[in-house]
Amino acid sequence: MKKRIPLLIVLVLGIFGATAFVVPHPVVRNVDEVMRNDIIRIITAFSIVLGIGSIIRHHVIKIQRKAEHWPFSWVTLISLAVSAIIGLFGGLDPGTRAWLPTSIGGFSFHMQSIYVNMIIPLGATMFSLLAFFMASAAYRAFRARNLEATLLLLAAFVMMLGAVPLGRMLIPRLPDFAEWILTVPNTAAKRGITFGVGLGMFATSLKILLGIERGWLGGGGS
Amino acid sequence: MTSAILTVVLALAGLAPPTDVAAADRPDDGGRHIVVTWQGPDDPELTNYRILRQPENGESWDTVGIAGRLANRFTDGSAVDGVRYRYAVVALSTDAVAESEPSDWATSTPSWFDSNRLNVLIWTIVFILLLVGLIHQARRGRKLYIRRIAGLDAVEEALGRATEMGRPILFVPGLSSVADVATIAALNILSEVAKKTASFGTPLIVPNRDPIVYTVAREMVKEAYTTVGRPDAFSQDMVFFLTDQQFAFAAAVDGIMIREKPATNFLMGMFWAESLIMAETGASTGAIQIAGTDSLSQLPFFITACDYTLIGEELYAASAYISREPLLLGSVLGQDLIKAVILVTIVVGTILALATPLPVLKVF
Repeated sequence: MKKRIPLLIVLVLGIFGATAFVVPHPVVRNVDEVMRNDIIRIITAFSIVLGIGSIIRHHVIKIQRKAEHWPFSWVTLISLAVSAIIGLFGGLDPGTRAWLPTSIGGFSFHMQSIYVNMIIPLGATMFSLLAFFMASAAYRAFRARNLEATLLLLAAFVMMLGAVPLGRMLIPRLPDFAEWILTVPNTAAKRGITFGVGLGMFATSLKILLGIERGWLGGGGS
Repeated sequence: MTSAILTVVLALAGLAPPTDVAAADRPDDGGRHIVVTWQGPDDPELTNYRILRQPENGESWDTVGIAGRLANRFTDGSAVDGVRYRYAVVALSTDAVAESEPSDWATSTPSWFDSNRLNVLIWTIVFILLLVGLIHQARRGRKLYIRRIAGLDAVEEALGRATEMGRPILFVPGLSSVADVATIAALNILSEVAKKTASFGTPLIVPNRDPIVYTVAREMVKEAYTTVGRPDAFSQDMVFFLTDQQFAFAAAVDGIMIREKPATNFLMGMFWAESLIMAETGASTGAIQIAGTDSLSQLPFFITACDYTLIGEELYAASAYISREPLLLGSVLGQDLIKAVILVTIVVGTILALATPLPVLKVF
């Protein structure tokens, strides 16, 4: 019974979701919209509580065991608590009525301010590392160790040279050739992968609907 | 009729009114839409058209939209289903207007079937029948051949290496939600990997970005450890939620890679710009890396930075491949057969399309 009820819910809602794809009538589409948006949001809201519980437990265990770099777990827990207090009692922005003050003089620390001045720059810092990682990955990829790597190196060389004026100056047809690589072999390969992905998604969905793949129920019994 | 008088008066001014105004329900939709078509005057002075609508139980004509001078079609998306409307089209120039005769009455009606998606439905039914047939054959004990997938053959070796080195295994089930099929595929792989780590006694680390994925992953790992008879080896701390911020998650995973030095990193599921940040960090720690994604834009990064990469559909075949469960293998074979059918269809369709423009080809 513990597994049959979820399986039945998945089967009914899965078939309903697939039906909504070919039935445009509002009776079907509106119910589908509610399930896709509202119900998923409600479930997510509950699961966030579990997520926060997980973070707290994970870092409390690290502190208790004095694991490597455990003081940073205090930073996480204190940041979590301070953000929660500001968010719950201090308001999202200066326009929100709040129980706690969220500015001292010209220094404000409401939720919006924390997001704009801390989260976004920190995220951008991580993102900017991508440039360096790209360089190191390209160096590794472009070592012509085998036929595939050699072809990759040649294609990349043509693409890069074809995208700059020097390429056109050296070989006038090079930009056209680079464009051809991008639009013909590259697109053909991408479409081949897309076909496979679509079929894979379909097969996985069908296996779940038919109860063949039951890993999502908590493993076992697949 | 005032509009007719107006038409005559303004036509004398030089601008001819639109003709053949027709209104009809837009087919294959959820209702509320009526398509208006007309023939416009060939007049260089014409600037645009105003579309007027009158309901059956009303006297007034209301403007429902403006169309450009080259248009001869307008879709009214504000109709109420079941109410009869008629439409008139007014041609406008800088100093004249010319209103057409009203169209016949039209009503919008929601459809119960979208005939534009008939081809998808046919292919879906064919695919379902094929898969069900193969799964049935597998159930009856038929041996199914599945091609080798190097990345999945390496899973056992990677797990063995981690066990010998006494180092953990890191499994990242992508950054997407559980609504993404790639995430479900990643979780299915996690289940099989967890069974093996439980058997070998290898530590497992599963950080999550999505709280629902975290909940499902935790239950799957717990069940996997129970299935192989090692529930005692499962720790709640193996599977944990990190953050839902994309780059904060990437930074945290990088930190885990550098601090814990996992012997094997699995990066499975849906990834975005953080894919290379994580894969390159993992490569710098010397870990064996097995990645799998259906994201076309991230595949090159994984192929470059990881030892093995499951490309697209291989991600979905992985749980069947690792578990060797006959019922699951049946579906993988079904995928391959349908791909062969699509390939043949593309080739034959291309030849036919080049040879003759047959109307039947529109089905595809």
